[in-house]
Amino acid sequence: MEPYQFSVKQAKEFSAKNQNGPSELTQSLAKRIQNFDSKVKAYVHFDPTRVLLPKDGKKGPLYGVPISVKDNIVIESWETTCASKILTGFIPPYDATVIRKLREAGAVIFGKCNMDEFAFGSSCETSFFGPTRNPWNLDYVPGGSSGGSAAAVAGDLAIAALGTDTGGSIRQPASFCGVVGLKPTYGRVSRYGLVAFGSSLDQIGPITKTVEDAAILMNVLAGHDSQDSTSADVPVPDYTSFLGKSMKGLKVGIPKEYFVKGLDPEVNQAIQKTIGVFKDLGAGCVEVNLPNTKYAVAVYYIVAVAEASSNLGRFDGVQYGFRHETSSLRDLYFETRDQGFGAEAKRRILLGTFVLSAGYYDAYYLKGLKVRTLIKQDFDRAFERVDVILGPTSPTPPFKVGEKMNDPLAMYLSDIYTISANLAGLPAINIPCGFTEGAGHASPLPIGVQLVAKPFEEGTLFRAASAYEQATQWHEKHPKL
Amino acid sequence: MSQKINIEQIAELARLNLKPEERVKLTKDLEAILAYVDQLREVDTKKIEPTSHVLPLQNVFRKDFAVPTRISDAVLSHAPKREGKFFKVPKVIEA
Repeated sequence: MEPYQFSVKQAKEFSAKNQNGPSELTQSLAKRIQNFDSKVKAYVHFDPTRVLLPKDGKKGPLYGVPISVKDNIVIESWETTCASKILTGFIPPYDATVIRKLREAGAVIFGKCNMDEFAFGSSCETSFFGPTRNPWNLDYVPGGSSGGSAAAVAGDLAIAALGTDTGGSIRQPASFCGVVGLKPTYGRVSRYGLVAFGSSLDQIGPITKTVEDAAILMNVLAGHDSQDSTSADVPVPDYTSFLGKSMKGLKVGIPKEYFVKGLDPEVNQAIQKTIGVFKDLGAGCVEVNLPNTKYAVAVYYIVAVAEASSNLGRFDGVQYGFRHETSSLRDLYFETRDQGFGAEAKRRILLGTFVLSAGYYDAYYLKGLKVRTLIKQDFDRAFERVDVILGPTSPTPPFKVGEKMNDPLAMYLSDIYTISANLAGLPAINIPCGFTEGAGHASPLPIGVQLVAKPFEEGTLFRAASAYEQATQWHEKHPKL
Repeated sequence: MSQKINIEQIAELARLNLKPEERVKLTKDLEAILAYVDQLREVDTKKIEPTSHVLPLQNVFRKDFAVPTRISDAVLSHAPKREGKFFKVPKVIEA
């Protein structure tokens, strides 16, 4: 086994045991990237000469573990672009709280991963730097928006990575790439230093090779931060204490509304098998109702774009990034933004501006916020009866590069199962649960299952996911590059 | 098709110059998305409070205190254009 293939757990042990462990690990990964990332294009910024190894001395819980980071999280003195032209050349003068915490734990901040521009997308194709490819089949998308992070972890181009999730942007690419991805409860992980997209929805979370790795990372990432006024002051348990426990007695809800037209038969089959495994492991599975599920995408594309249009107002060519030089200030704003933003960013800025504009606010934005309440109430009611809700992460397996680029609505609908957890602020995890077998695909492509829990019950997700992972072998499969 | 949008007006509010061909395409895209969003009209929300935020948060206050920082130079170092300690932009008020 080569060091680049390590899990976080193995990398930790390797660094603790070998004096040159951290250096050997980063060199092994750097070589792997040099050899194979030209195919996958998981990274947008990677410079081995700028990777800082941890100082000797006190060895933290992530000592020597290289962690890759989505390009919308700021790292001091590393260019941060959100995969957008408008931020090219932006060198942040500070570390995001999650980066500070990783460094304090001894982790090695390794490289920056590709993403959809400003996290606007479900395929990693809207990046200014070009698309990332799915390591399982390079003709397919890795999902998005954290597609670079997920592809890097799946292709052994990273030990683990940070992603961000506003409507499914950690879980859907984790599903498409066959890895673990956790979106924490809203407020669980500090957003300080995350370039904002939808401020009431955004969360940073881990993308990893195993459930255990996600728990190890969450022990470092979670917790209150006075720099983020929406950070929750709720105690953080030891997430690894939930691993390796029995699933006996766990109450699992299966939402009737998730198994409808539009769900791919192979995905459905894999999910039904997963439910069977849960039952065999002692979980009690019951049907639950989330009647407002069908409105989630519509609500999201009001609320998220409204917040995005407001957040992206700050990009005007004055303080950082790209500027189109003109003789008047007005033209400078208009031309910089026109040239700096890609097509999907413009679409969302315009849509968000529209739903917030005078005369339309009540009919769209306020209406969206009210239906958001109903979606949240659906979950409140379901969680009176069950501990976790289980369903598909994505309605389809990975699709081909280019397949949905000209149909924004079809692209938006690929987030139909993930969006609700953001609207309701709930923690949710993707774990691999199978592969496509059908003749429609050139090679097997990953399928993922999503588990959702009550606020701040990430531990329950880890308990269920870890028991399922131990009973199956999906996480042991890796693509050949 | 229900809602029509005035792309010139929205682009003006969003501070975006759009090319003529972009206007046509974006108008079509936006109207299709709004037609999809229109399904929300069937939901009765008369007695429902809006949720703008999921956490039961009120204003979060803390003491405001000054700390030494060298950040101002770093902040200016990535300015597209600067002059001394200032961000530089084209003249705003014409003589």
